[in-house]
Amino acid sequence: MSSMTLSRAINSGLRRALEDDPKVLLMGEDIGTLGGVFRVTDGLQKDFGAHRVMDTPLAEAGIIGTAVGLAYRGYRPVCEIQFDGFIYPGFDQIITQVAKLHYRTGGAVKMPLTIRVPFGGGIGAVEHHSESPEAYFAHTAGLRVVSCSNPQDAHTMIRQAVACDDPVMFFEPKRRYWTKGEVDEEITGQTPSIDSAAIVAAGDDVTLVTYGPLVATARDAAIAASDEGVSVEVIDLRSLSPIDFATVEASVRKTGRLVVTHEASQFGGIGAEIAASITRRCFYYLEAAPERVTGFDVPYPAAELEDHHLPDLDRMLDAVDRVMDRHNSLSGREG
Amino acid sequence: MSTHDSSSADDGGLVQLLLPDGERIADAGYDKWVADVDDDQLKSLYEDMVVVRRIDTEATALQRQGELGLWPPLIGQEAAQIGSGRTLRQDDFVFASYRENGVAYCRGVEYTDLLRVWRGHTHSGWNPYDINMAPSQVIIGSQTLHATGYALGCQQDGVDTVAISYFGDGATSQGDPNEAMVFAASFQAPVIFFCQNNQWAISEPVGLQARAPIASRAPGFGIPSMRVDGNDVLAVMAATRIALDRARSGNGPTYIEAVTYRMGPHTTSDDPSRYVDVLEREGWQAKDPISRLEAYLQSRGLLTDEFTGRVNATADDVAAKVREGCLGLEPPEPLSVFDHVYSEPTSWLERQKDEYVQYLQTFEGGQ
Ligand SMILES: Cc1ncc(C[n+]2csc(CCOP(=O)(O)OP(=O)(O)O)c2C)c(N)n1
Ligand SMILES: [Mg+2]
Repeated sequence: MSSMTLSRAINSGLRRALEDDPKVLLMGEDIGTLGGVFRVTDGLQKDFGAHRVMDTPLAEAGIIGTAVGLAYRGYRPVCEIQFDGFIYPGFDQIITQVAKLHYRTGGAVKMPLTIRVPFGGGIGAVEHHSESPEAYFAHTAGLRVVSCSNPQDAHTMIRQAVACDDPVMFFEPKRRYWTKGEVDEEITGQTPSIDSAAIVAAGDDVTLVTYGPLVATARDAAIAASDEGVSVEVIDLRSLSPIDFATVEASVRKTGRLVVTHEASQFGGIGAEIAASITRRCFYYLEAAPERVTGFDVPYPAAELEDHHLPDLDRMLDAVDRVMDRHNSLSGREG
Repeated sequence: MSTHDSSSADDGGLVQLLLPDGERIADAGYDKWVADVDDDQLKSLYEDMVVVRRIDTEATALQRQGELGLWPPLIGQEAAQIGSGRTLRQDDFVFASYRENGVAYCRGVEYTDLLRVWRGHTHSGWNPYDINMAPSQVIIGSQTLHATGYALGCQQDGVDTVAISYFGDGATSQGDPNEAMVFAASFQAPVIFFCQNNQWAISEPVGLQARAPIASRAPGFGIPSMRVDGNDVLAVMAATRIALDRARSGNGPTYIEAVTYRMGPHTTSDDPSRYVDVLEREGWQAKDPISRLEAYLQSRGLLTDEFTGRVNATADDVAAKVREGCLGLEPPEPLSVFDHVYSEPTSWLERQKDEYVQYLQTFEGGQ
């Protein structure tokens, strides 16, 4: 065990992956000499060489598309997208090729790419540096979509993602890169599996489901709620596709109340999918309609407005009050 | 015709070894690359071109008879595809579009496998690793990046295997082929960009995509290029061999523009009478790749009745096999719709599948 930041934990996970398998390659913009704009790949080019940690030309479709060709040849490319808002030039290759090639070829061609995406807001950045595009990818069959929330998961999950034979979209909560935690680097095997959710705070009254950057906020919300006598169970989804519905379902059967929170906009998002699926599975157990606490359905706003946009502890507690039928901001309003 | 018609379609600067009338002309730079092509090889190239045209005719007929949903004819492009396809080594890897059935033929594809996609049975007619050729690519230009990445892999593996990407004149406007050139040049990847400029992208003439010859773009990326008569099987062979040699010896990518013509419709769903000028088509008819090689064989006394009879019999035999194979294809199992989305089944998808199985069981007699 050693204490390290989330960024460092991914770095050490990538280092292990490079050591474990000569077919693992890192590709991206500024990931070599600079070590990435968030320093996630710091020192790796020096230790593994420019042929395994490749600074690429500045073109996201080029990065993903050449990674597809490398995967055809038996490599396991790990692509870094510099920021969430810059993934769209590579979107076509991800959706039309990466996601579909295994299906297209009846399983003959494996696409074990890992596409790392620093995502989310809260860092006061300019436009295109704070987005949460995960739902686009979760909507796409053939991709796995995961997000880590703490250093240990970051380390374990990046290694599992690289070892996974499916393409994995790996969303890194950029505002938590400098969060420190204990990390055991001697993990072996697949426990907990990359597609399992984790209960990070136990509770009986409300199930609060989230992932990535908001897990820490949700835990704080659970502590604050307990001060008011409300017991909140917090679930870190970890995997957004596939979703570990069994864990959420078991929790909601116990609590009878569901709140889902994410930074991404609401419409057609992960929260909608969880609310619909869990309502179907737990209809007779529900005490209240599921609530969503999300970014608004607006383009990501300017830095001085982002605190209004991003779900925070108080908005989460307000939704908890709503499903508890306690006084809340919408009390007295119907529908 | 629009103002976009012919500015990049002139014949200036074309590499040619066989003129349209079958005359073999000398070219100091290119001759040596086909010096080993003897009479037997010439005859075999001729047979290949006749056979792939015959496959094409048969597949078009199958589509007309309702046996295929769609077919993208290669007619007119036989020399470009056979001339390049026949120079590749078995370990080289092909990333093509949807029209390269002649290249697939050179790779040794099973005839029936050529049709699976177009009968709607699958998205990939073959296992790519069986013939070292990726499945047909519908997203225009996408495969150029895959070839470049594959070539980077070959480079890392320290082997002299080459990746070749086929794409059309329309594809040159897409971002991917341009990014592919940037990556290939930057890393000196052993890749060949083989553009079949067949003058049309569905109804859009090449002049809409390119105001200057397409081959003239590559040098700006730092990639040497050649503009060859794509209806001249020898010129295509020579150019491809030059490119292969450069790639194998570690000297990076090459761009080949094969200037040819799409004699048929874009696909069996297309109606070129809405946009193709009859005179233009007739002009290209006179440059047909097969009749030109035929004239050359004739001039060398190689076009005997015995030979043409044998070639036609082979072509008919292949066509019969294509038809038989097509009609014999079993439709896919309904539940295979769920297969191979991931390398292992996921709980979510298994649930959808289970529910659908139960649903199917509500019908009398099951599925
Ligand atoms: C990204 C994308 N845009 C549009 C299409 C529709 N489309 C299919 S083929 C084609 C023309 C392609 O022309 P070209 O690249 O010259 O190849 P050719 O068909 O002539 O062989 C178009 C527009 C497509 N398949 N993919
Ligand atoms: Mg074309």
